[in-house]
Amino acid sequence: MAKVLMKGNEAIGEAAIRAGCLNYFAYPITPQSEVAEYLVRRMPEVGGVFLQGESEVAVGYMIFGAAGAGERVFTTSSSPGISLMSEAISYIAAAQCPAVFVNIMRGGPGLGGILPSQADYLQATKGIGHGDCRLLVMAPASVQEAVEMVMKAFPLAEKYRNPVMILGDGLIGQMMEPVEFPDHLKTEATNKDAWATNGMDHRNSKTRNLVKSLFLDPVQLNDNNLVLKAKYDRMRAEEVMSESYHTDCDYKGLIVSYGTMSRVCRTAVDMLKAEGIDVGMVRPPDGFSVSRKGRCRGSDEAVVHPCAEHRDEHGPDGRGC
Amino acid sequence: MQSEIMFAGFGGQGILLIGKVLAHAAMEEGFEVAWVPSYGPEMRGGTAYCTVVISDRPIGSPIIKNPLHLVAMNGPSLEKFAPTVKKDGIIFINSSLIAFGANRDDVDELRVPVVNIAKDLGSVKAANIVALSAFVSRSGIVPMETLKNCIKEEFSKKPKLIPLNMEAVAAGEKAAQK
Repeated sequence: MAKVLMKGNEAIGEAAIRAGCLNYFAYPITPQSEVAEYLVRRMPEVGGVFLQGESEVAVGYMIFGAAGAGERVFTTSSSPGISLMSEAISYIAAAQCPAVFVNIMRGGPGLGGILPSQADYLQATKGIGHGDCRLLVMAPASVQEAVEMVMKAFPLAEKYRNPVMILGDGLIGQMMEPVEFPDHLKTEATNKDAWATNGMDHRNSKTRNLVKSLFLDPVQLNDNNLVLKAKYDRMRAEEVMSESYHTDCDYKGLIVSYGTMSRVCRTAVDMLKAEGIDVGMVRPPDGFSVSRKGRCRGSDEAVVHPCAEHRDEHGPDGRGC
Repeated sequence: MQSEIMFAGFGGQGILLIGKVLAHAAMEEGFEVAWVPSYGPEMRGGTAYCTVVISDRPIGSPIIKNPLHLVAMNGPSLEKFAPTVKKDGIIFINSSLIAFGANRDDVDELRVPVVNIAKDLGSVKAANIVALSAFVSRSGIVPMETLKNCIKEEFSKKPKLIPLNMEAVAAGEKAAQK
């Protein structure tokens, strides 16, 4: 398929449809409103549903409802809106339902501003909601990466029955770049009969499914948390990707960055190299796996994998930092 | 090789559109492109601008502080951005609305009365296409033929506007040659 020039927000909406997601609930907020603007027109064309909630809190629970019924579903918002959804995200994680959340970050804290920012890193990667909930997080550095990550997010959410977050920023959302929608990333939704509350009529199972996040019995709650913990460990082990740039030299310094900033830093690395200064860059799974001394502990730390490519599976060893 | 172009003017002058058409044309020519609009507080003040980065390799920062070229469609934009343009770049000035110059001796200043030209063609709305055509013609950043195709594609849903815009392209090209 030929490349088309598309705004990040619109490309994200189209990517979800191409990935087979036909349910989108959202509430407008700058700088992500074009996703809703695009899908309010596009969803009916493909037989999908767009519903605007009365608030982000409502949208969070609309997502929970659709996810619990076994439907592919996603939403988009920006920082303050994501905070409002975080309660529902914790419920969804606890109830082990798959859903995709896209955060087109803007400056904060509070209402902050409407310009791009990457300041929701800690929120996204260290738990987001209350309790021991974790997300799988992917942070695109280009519109093309945003498209691919959105398309990969749905099968990943289903694989782990866990919310997945795409952590973009206002620049990714507002910018136009050439994109293509790879056909091979189109997937069929997995069979959810074993757990989804999708009605007894259409499944062979005679057992009733129950989607819940309330475990009043402390032993049951503990058991559920151990199940979640094992799942998060598996996500860390199986889904981490890392990318390093110009680290195959005796570098004098190492830049750690993710998302939009990583492409800016890549240029900085090139400019420094032209001046004879070797600096490496790593888009790590988790920027905070770099200790204060600058030693990179590699990729064993994180659920997060803010990068798209497996250019260097081993990552840097932290020498010379 | 990388070029950065800033398009700036009032909201409603079609600034974002001509930036998009140029980005599209450059993409068709096989370049990496990034188009970034103003959507922040400045947009709320009635001014509009966008930057287009065109490169033969992956683009690092799409946010540009010092563009290679500037297309200024109103006075405030010229005043604000003329000092930021790189040496040897082109500063395009909409002389229908801007009486003063860029006040730079290290750039190629191109003055075209795009509003008057567009009025003569039959619609003031084509002024942005006159400007885009004049700028592309002077800079040679993409072939004129590719530009024309992309303008046609942009107006494919309003085909009756295509002849007017093709005239605007021809007029802009001619104005840039003077």
